[in-house]
Amino acid sequence: MSKTIAGTTELFAIAAKVNDPEIPVLSIADLGILREVNLDDDGTVQVLITPTYSGCPAMDVISEDLYQAFTQAGYEKVDIKLVLTPAWSTDWMSDEGKKKLEEYGIAAPTGRGHAGRVTLGMSVKCPRCHSLNTRELSRFASTSCKALYTCKDCLEPFDYFKVLS
Amino acid sequence: MKHDELDAALDSFGDALASATRVTPGNALRPEDIAVDGVAPSEEVAQYALTLGDDALILAQRLAHWISRAPELEEDVALGNIALDILGHARSFLTYAGLAWGKTEDDLAYWREEEEFTSLWIVEQPNGHFGVTIIRQLIVSVFQHLIYQQLTTSQDETLAAIAAKAVKEVDYHRDHAIQWTIRLGQGTEESAEKMRHALEILWPYVDEMFRDEAVHQNLDSIAVRPSTLREAWQEEISAVLAQAGLQIPATGQAMAFGRRGEHSEHLGYLLAEMQVLARKHPGASW
Repeated sequence: MSKTIAGTTELFAIAAKVNDPEIPVLSIADLGILREVNLDDDGTVQVLITPTYSGCPAMDVISEDLYQAFTQAGYEKVDIKLVLTPAWSTDWMSDEGKKKLEEYGIAAPTGRGHAGRVTLGMSVKCPRCHSLNTRELSRFASTSCKALYTCKDCLEPFDYFKVLS
Repeated sequence: MKHDELDAALDSFGDALASATRVTPGNALRPEDIAVDGVAPSEEVAQYALTLGDDALILAQRLAHWISRAPELEEDVALGNIALDILGHARSFLTYAGLAWGKTEDDLAYWREEEEFTSLWIVEQPNGHFGVTIIRQLIVSVFQHLIYQQLTTSQDETLAAIAAKAVKEVDYHRDHAIQWTIRLGQGTEESAEKMRHALEILWPYVDEMFRDEAVHQNLDSIAVRPSTLREAWQEEISAVLAQAGLQIPATGQAMAFGRRGEHSEHLGYLLAEMQVLARKHPGASW
């Protein structure tokens, strides 16, 4: 795990209240999108966020929500920066985040991104009935970061959060 | 909205730039979002970043056209997602290139003329039937994957950062194109015939991808010379085609010089559609 989340605890807590608009049960901290929060000498709050995927449209909304969260907390100067390096990986998702995903009905990433490409088919557990008897319908789904699966036991379709190394 | 009003409106949201295409005007990518340490690229690096951005932008525009038109819902979603990823790469590269000239990603996408685009001919080729789109995707994804892989070690930190992000995503695109190529090549007589046809109409644009141009000179250890990728690309494509029961067609090569701004007849139409809104309502946002 290469987690380097720095910053002031209180400020970090404010930023961590912001949720992903497309997965509303997850905070940006759970997802590993929130990288760092710092306070400059002149009172500017510096927030560093990183996109999950290059084309992720949620980043715009997340920026606005962060801006709002800090202005409501009384910080007038907020600078939100997008950083591309190090590139986001599903390994940065917190265990808490994975648990929330499952409860929400999205299968959490199976396996470790840093292991690289796995050639054997990793089982994906159905978030509803916990069966491993599932099948990938499409590697691409409702958002860039998810794939579409179906459960052959309870017959329900579900989203799976794709592993990204 | 007058300019000063617009500026005032923008001041309420960070130090954002005006943009004709954002839900809120303040959400164009800022140079400092992309450039590592906010360092502007040299003219040579900017020109190189522009070629990568243009290839991605035009391909994304082509792919997006499949939304609501794909053979099945899952594929609609897949091609739309792939287009979105590639558009993301285009935004990063164009934002970085624009930093050298004081231009935004939107200025470069919507306000340049056809001869100012440096994209390859392969990406502007029409979608054709589904098989054509898949072969085009196979050819380009394998190519982009090789470029981005090498760029991750570029001495230009920003190019390396964009590539590190893009390479993981392109890996998925490549995989998707390979799976469909094998499925359709090995499928019915009709699907195999359509794939052979797709290869015949797209193969003429392969040579251009690997031609070193002026833009690739003097950028050792910063840019990737396309000629150095030919062998690896050919090997990978041949292996996929062999698995799919398809062959490399014996076609001539097009006199394609997209990197110099000389394009096939298809780009103009694509740009007309892509740029019309921004040009009809300059500075508008919604």
